[in-house]
Amino acid sequence: MPIIEIAGRQVNVNEEGFLTEYDEWSEEIAKALAAQIEIDLTDEHWKAIKFLREDYKTEGETATSRRVQTVGGISVKEQFALFPKKPSKKMAYIAGLPKPKGCV
Amino acid sequence: MTTPSIVPNFGSDNSGRKLAIICSKGNLDMAYPGLILGNAALGEGVEVHFFFTFWGFDMIIKSRMEHLQFSPAGNTAMHLPGGNMHIPQFMAPAPGMTAMATKMLKKSIADLDVPEIPEFLDQIVAAGGHLWACRMSADMNKLDMSDLRDDIEAIISASDFIEMTDGAQLLFI
Repeated sequence: MPIIEIAGRQVNVNEEGFLTEYDEWSEEIAKALAAQIEIDLTDEHWKAIKFLREDYKTEGETATSRRVQTVGGISVKEQFALFPKKPSKKMAYIAGLPKPKGCV
Repeated sequence: MTTPSIVPNFGSDNSGRKLAIICSKGNLDMAYPGLILGNAALGEGVEVHFFFTFWGFDMIIKSRMEHLQFSPAGNTAMHLPGGNMHIPQFMAPAPGMTAMATKMLKKSIADLDVPEIPEFLDQIVAAGGHLWACRMSADMNKLDMSDLRDDIEAIISASDFIEMTDGAQLLFI
């Protein structure tokens, strides 16, 4: 697996560029990842990213869009507004987590 | 060794991709495939249009959409949860069997945190999906917009739907 330098730190990523080590993530890295996909992080974005990070810690997998709505309290509509077109993948990418596995 | 930055491709390349899904079945089990695939496509940034027709109308009729059912009759692939046991076909039409099978299917689906049909359609609309109702089905059932979910965009003819989904990939379920 490749190692890339982002926000002055070396991190492990998969072939698509998603971080593979939970603990290598930081808020600085999140900002740099978001900038790479043209997203400016606002408080609302952070709310989603922090939910994903916390949820992963307890569940061991990345929350789907539906879970971000039902458990995280951020509606699907809002997710699409914050992370246009592909909310679940973009959120996971910025949060330094794998793509969600669930279908719904 | 550090490789140059790798940024995922979040799909400027699929802009303009369109999917049309024709939902023609009103059994609980056959209502799901179109919604699951359409919802996944929306999450990938695809423009999705659903056309509800014939039995599929039950998914959007306010008085029926909460009560879709599943029957093992005629379905030889239906097994009891967690094994290869199945209900013999001669028993499938027995009283109470449809209610029991419906309850079991609903539980299996809920266990995966997949919503019931009306809530699933709410989520699809929130994700930008478009819902259309079939003109002929409405006329046959003597129904109008007031009988349907409020987020149905219009009752349209088959040719309107075909025209609207020009260039789309199409699924008939």
